[in-house]
Amino acid sequence: MIKARVTVTLKNGVLDPQGKAIGHALSGLGFDGVGSVRQGKVFDIELDGTDRAAAEADIKAMCDKLLANTVIEDYTVTLI
Amino acid sequence: MKTAVVLLPGLNRDRDMIAALTKISGTPPVTIWQTETEIADDIDLVVVPGGFSYGDYLRCGAIAARMPVLRALKEKAERGTRVIGVCNGFQILVEAGLLPGALMRNASLKFVCREVKLEVTNASTSFTSGYTKGQIIRCPVAHHDGNYVADEATLKSIEDKGQVVFRYAECTNPNGSMNDIAGIVNEAGNVLGMMPHPENLIEAAHGGDDGRALFAAALEVAA
Repeated sequence: MIKARVTVTLKNGVLDPQGKAIGHALSGLGFDGVGSVRQGKVFDIELDGTDRAAAEADIKAMCDKLLANTVIEDYTVTLI
Repeated sequence: MKTAVVLLPGLNRDRDMIAALTKISGTPPVTIWQTETEIADDIDLVVVPGGFSYGDYLRCGAIAARMPVLRALKEKAERGTRVIGVCNGFQILVEAGLLPGALMRNASLKFVCREVKLEVTNASTSFTSGYTKGQIIRCPVAHHDGNYVADEATLKSIEDKGQVVFRYAECTNPNGSMNDIAGIVNEAGNVLGMMPHPENLIEAAHGGDDGRALFAAALEVAA
């Protein structure tokens, strides 16, 4: 079995009101020096098989087709 | 004209849409469940109503957009059939690639349920020909993710080609949408997506009928 972690983040330049609200809340808790906060998503995916190159290609296809909206989001794939 | 309404789990404005189409066209629309792989040739207008398909999981409209009925709808739209997506329906059409851009969380982070003013910025589409360019109409909104976003090139392209048909007017932008965009059409002009709910303002009992002309135009009947 192959395990992969997909991280989806907003593209640079796309406004992130949720990240901004979280940043304000962190400052409110007394954490000084909090600059930009960007919120993203993490997916841990298990795949049958042992072919790591094929698994990585499959996961990238999953990102393009569903996991990320590439109009506003970037993704990275890491095989664990 | 024969109409159809797409049904997916979690939509909740389907009954309002069916009522509006029935009242304005005189005939109830057929309903198409998400697993259908074909949409009949004799359907002239397909509507994807609002709600919370698949509980807004992953992204609003993301899961719904990958269902078989959306593949069938995309093929039908490419053949020129008129398609309207309202609210979650708009989000679904964007996720399915029938319309450009994306709809993100409202800038206020709040769910917004109120009446807004819309300016008709293009009155020469098959959906807006019952209005005049520059006309201000009333329309209710009810959404959490209506903040229209597109990259610079896409935004310029849809503006240059007149694809922005409705804009929030009189400082009523409820969600932070770029350029106050409330509704757009595709380049061919046969697919409309909008966050506001024209189906909820079609008769006196609703407190007004500003939304009626949209359906009347799309259905080619008298308002």
